[in-house]
Amino acid sequence: MADVYKAVKLTDRVYWVGAIDWTIRDFHGYTTRRGSTYNAYLIMADKITLVDTVKAPFKEELFSRIASVVNPKDIQIIVSNHSEMDHSGSLADTIELVDPEKVVASTMGAKTLQDLFHLDREIISVKDGDALSLGNMELRFLETRMLHWPDSMFSYLPEEEILFSQDAFGMHLASSERFDDEIDPAILQYEGATYFANILLPYSPLITRLIGRVAASGMTFKYIAPDHGPVWRKDIGGIVGKYAAWAAQKPTPKAVVVYGTMWHSTERMARAISEGLAAVGAIAKCMSMDVFHRSDVAYEVLDAGALVVGSSTLNNNMLPQIADVLTYLKGLRPVNLGGASFGSYGWSGEAPGQITDILKEMKIEVMAEPIKVQHVPREDDLARCYALGGDIALQLRRNKEVA
Amino acid sequence: MEKYVCNICGYVYDPEQGDQDGGIAPGTAFADLPEGWICPICGSGKDEFVPA
Ligand SMILES: Cc1cc2nc3c(=O)[nH]c(=O)nc-3n(C[C@H](O)[C@H](O)[C@H](O)COP(=O)(O)O)c2cc1C
Ligand SMILES: [Fe+2]
Ligand SMILES: [Fe+2]
Ligand SMILES: [Zn+2]
Repeated sequence: MADVYKAVKLTDRVYWVGAIDWTIRDFHGYTTRRGSTYNAYLIMADKITLVDTVKAPFKEELFSRIASVVNPKDIQIIVSNHSEMDHSGSLADTIELVDPEKVVASTMGAKTLQDLFHLDREIISVKDGDALSLGNMELRFLETRMLHWPDSMFSYLPEEEILFSQDAFGMHLASSERFDDEIDPAILQYEGATYFANILLPYSPLITRLIGRVAASGMTFKYIAPDHGPVWRKDIGGIVGKYAAWAAQKPTPKAVVVYGTMWHSTERMARAISEGLAAVGAIAKCMSMDVFHRSDVAYEVLDAGALVVGSSTLNNNMLPQIADVLTYLKGLRPVNLGGASFGSYGWSGEAPGQITDILKEMKIEVMAEPIKVQHVPREDDLARCYALGGDIALQLRRNKEVA
Repeated sequence: MEKYVCNICGYVYDPEQGDQDGGIAPGTAFADLPEGWICPICGSGKDEFVPA
């Protein structure tokens, strides 16, 4: 059974030996409708090297793909670019099977791997700019702290011009195709942006810096090999350019209208705001938190100029699904956003004010006073909502013209 | 004594607290931290720190 899993060649000396997770749909709270892959790479240098491992339940798949190229016991070096369990979950078993000469990670990686697995062997730590000889080739290390964990680093193989970039430039996409040029670019764009929005957005300033550092280093790339999704070999400039653009978070004339509703009054307000936005030339994304997932909202916020949030009032508070998405978005620290709040209520109506307070905490520029409607909106209430949409659209288009 | 913040992860070095795990006694000014000292959260060097 196990030997159905074969390695896939990147070059004559480097192979993909990862695992395909066709069924994962919830990745620590991020909805992964297309599954994912956990990528690991085998470098057939004089000193045979494995870069990263896979999530624990997939270790047999990893071992089998390695064995299609070489006896796993011949591996001499294991490099961990990122300590998170989707890439390190098989590390302890791999170490036991392989008994490598060296296990290598960044300074924080060496510490984190010990905290995670309580290993009884030393992890050798490498620093930014260090090189490790693999005999006829070498690996160079570039620390990418907080992208997206303290331990994260890149490894670069100059002989083959391959950058092993761990989570960066990756996406949750299960596929039998291993390379970007074999997959619909629209899917790559969508899943790549969703990954960025949900995992890397808080660290946008560091991404901008990193891209500058890499450009200045003069490194050249034939392949960018991330830890999830396809290997980039065709549109490398495209994905790096998109990272630069996403990190810059330039607002566009697009507003995300997110709401929670019990008896559909707040929903009617949301729809009126969305119509007003569109009528004045903005794109509106009208998202009920009863049907959309918080990670879908993160994707839409990535290139939006405004976040408009509505909730009816439940026992003096906003609805829990709105508290959920706001907590999530606050952690993602989006910048360059305007916002407003709205909601229907019965007698006390605290929710819109609470939302505006959170928007302020998120450093979102409040574009209008909250709109509150007692019970079911009348014509003139909906007209106010429509006008709010129009007003926000106008402000977004003006920003765009100024920029 | 002035506090310093890590540009990479946001950790704040507070001289009054020091950095116990890093072997830095309370009362150590940022300027007096040894060159090899690193941010206890993300591992960055002193050059990534700016006055808070
Ligand atoms: C996307 C992501 C972001 C995280 N952010 C933080 C953070 O900001 N601060 C922190 O202390 N830990 C952070 N962590 C690490 C988790 O808190 C850590 O893995 C923890 O051990 C998980 O515990 P659990 O297994 O109970 O969920 C993050 C983990 C992930 C996956
Ligand atoms: Fe990760
Ligand atoms: Fe990952
Ligand atoms: Zn730090």
